[in-house]
Amino acid sequence: MNKKQLIAFGTALALCLPLTACGGSGSESNGEVNVYNWGEYLDEDLLDQFEEETGIKVNYSTYSDNESLYATLKSGSGGYDVIIPSDYMISRMIEEDMLLELDFDQIPNYEYIDEDYKGLEYDPDNAYSVPYMWGVVGIVYNTTMVDYEPTSWDILWDEDLSGQILMFDNSRDAIGIALKLLGYSYNTTNEDEIVAAVDKLIEQKPLVQAYVMDQIFDKMEAGEAAVGPYYAGDAITMMEENPDLSFFIPDEGTNYYVDAMCIPKDADNVENALAFINFMCDPESSAANAEYIYYSTPESAAKELLSDELKNSDIAYPSQEIMSLTEVYTNLPQDILDLYDSEWLRLKAS
Amino acid sequence: MKKKFLAIPYVIWMAIFVIVPLLLVVGYAFTTRDGGFSLENFQTMTQYWPVFLTSFRLALIATLICLLIGYPVAYWISRESANVRRIAMVLIMLPMWMNFLLRTYAWMSLLENTGIINTFLQNIGFFNLINGIFGTEIEYFHMINTPGAVVLGMVYNYLPFMIMPITTVIEKIDPSVVEAAEDLGASGVQTFGRVIFPLSLPGVLSGITMVFIPSVSTFAISSLLGGGMTLLLGDLIQTQFYGSAYNPYLGSAISLVMMVIVLVMMAIMNHFGEGEETAIY
Repeated sequence: MNKKQLIAFGTALALCLPLTACGGSGSESNGEVNVYNWGEYLDEDLLDQFEEETGIKVNYSTYSDNESLYATLKSGSGGYDVIIPSDYMISRMIEEDMLLELDFDQIPNYEYIDEDYKGLEYDPDNAYSVPYMWGVVGIVYNTTMVDYEPTSWDILWDEDLSGQILMFDNSRDAIGIALKLLGYSYNTTNEDEIVAAVDKLIEQKPLVQAYVMDQIFDKMEAGEAAVGPYYAGDAITMMEENPDLSFFIPDEGTNYYVDAMCIPKDADNVENALAFINFMCDPESSAANAEYIYYSTPESAAKELLSDELKNSDIAYPSQEIMSLTEVYTNLPQDILDLYDSEWLRLKAS
Repeated sequence: MKKKFLAIPYVIWMAIFVIVPLLLVVGYAFTTRDGGFSLENFQTMTQYWPVFLTSFRLALIATLICLLIGYPVAYWISRESANVRRIAMVLIMLPMWMNFLLRTYAWMSLLENTGIINTFLQNIGFFNLINGIFGTEIEYFHMINTPGAVVLGMVYNYLPFMIMPITTVIEKIDPSVVEAAEDLGASGVQTFGRVIFPLSLPGVLSGITMVFIPSVSTFAISSLLGGGMTLLLGDLIQTQFYGSAYNPYLGSAISLVMMVIVLVMMAIMNHFGEGEETAIY
């Protein structure tokens, strides 16, 4: 490639940039809706279906965790109309007046949401959120590398598995596991308990192969690691890729989470956002979505539409007995959040 | 000088996207959550000095390795014909056409215990051979999730930034200077040590700067190749923004201190560099 060609190529490339940036805002008559969701957390065929049914154009983008969603909204860059934070983040956003009260008259499909998922701690008056999916945290392990039937979180501290253990790379989930192992609550505001939990994690660090989030898919599927904690829906995905994998929910109890659809206060397309939420609550959409991402739907009507395999899966829909031991994350006060960060860094720098 | 106005778009660009954000960083660094002026952030930061140390140490090692690998390559390229030079430059640039994260992910699959390198060595019976000779029981080389892997990631990603400026500078050295040295009886080593290397120093210095600065502030490499086990400054700053507490104030303060340290280091280095340069002429 000579210089002229190179320049021409570069110019062409540069010209493409603004084009693609503007390409999104189409000429659709019914406007658009900006949806901001977790990565790998939606069957994107549903977006096409929604566009066909309503003529509303969906601009879809994704984030990796609650905290980056929060930072994005907080820094004022946004323009999102529908967001899907988890329980504790919803209560934090409600507290900080970041969410819009929903007009439930425009979400008739809300009636399909089971009573169990209404009026939960994070949104006691059902004013700001519509449940999207739920699930539990458990442990994925490779049956060819673990030679016993694990029942406890302490498998993550098993010295025989040294160098084969993966751990959450986010402070809330990782410290939470240590808290549970020590018999404390996920939502403790007792600083000594949190420090003790982090001491426990420092004790674990020499055994840990890596702190990961989505990289766990590759590492567990390839047999690179023997054991790691993750979300139930994703565990099913991994087990499908590698039949040697198995999943269990520790006896000490675990985290039960609900991710729900909300509308940020500064949303521009509220009507369209409500239409989108309503569409996602249609049992058929919810079932199609659950069948695709393997997370658990909060609608009995949708569950009925699932394949038998998924419907009867005790990973996606654990028994009442297991659910009675679960605990939902609540929002923590600011000084405890600060402590979480500094303790997390103490672990990472140790 | 009449064409000063040509620089105006760039000046405006700089003002909006460089100066203003920098001022914001400074502003944030000296404020607390409730909005008052405070030095508290800098006090909180002192507990993280080991992180500063690790970051600077790893970045220095990476820069040194880049220099040791990059200089000979640059020297070789600049001595070749124009055609070879062009091809070599394209080959060096080629990986940079791919996204940085993608390339780092590729290193993950190379270095993993069950990765491509280890599987290959296993298949050709390398580990059996080693175990047979030394009576050990190695099944793989442990490469990923170590500080070494982080340094490797830095070297791999930033090596072109070392090679390019050095090549450019050596290319421009007047061949007659080298000939003069040879005519005056200097040996090959002497010519290199007393003529070529000193003349290439400006390239070396900008190479060092261009490798060191991104290395010291990198964050994706340490979480992908280091398995989140080696905490670097970039990760520390990222945690302030994307961690649970959302503390852009502390994050800005750390960035600011890092910037000042880097600036001071660069100033000292350039000072020495200038000294060398002027000593020659």
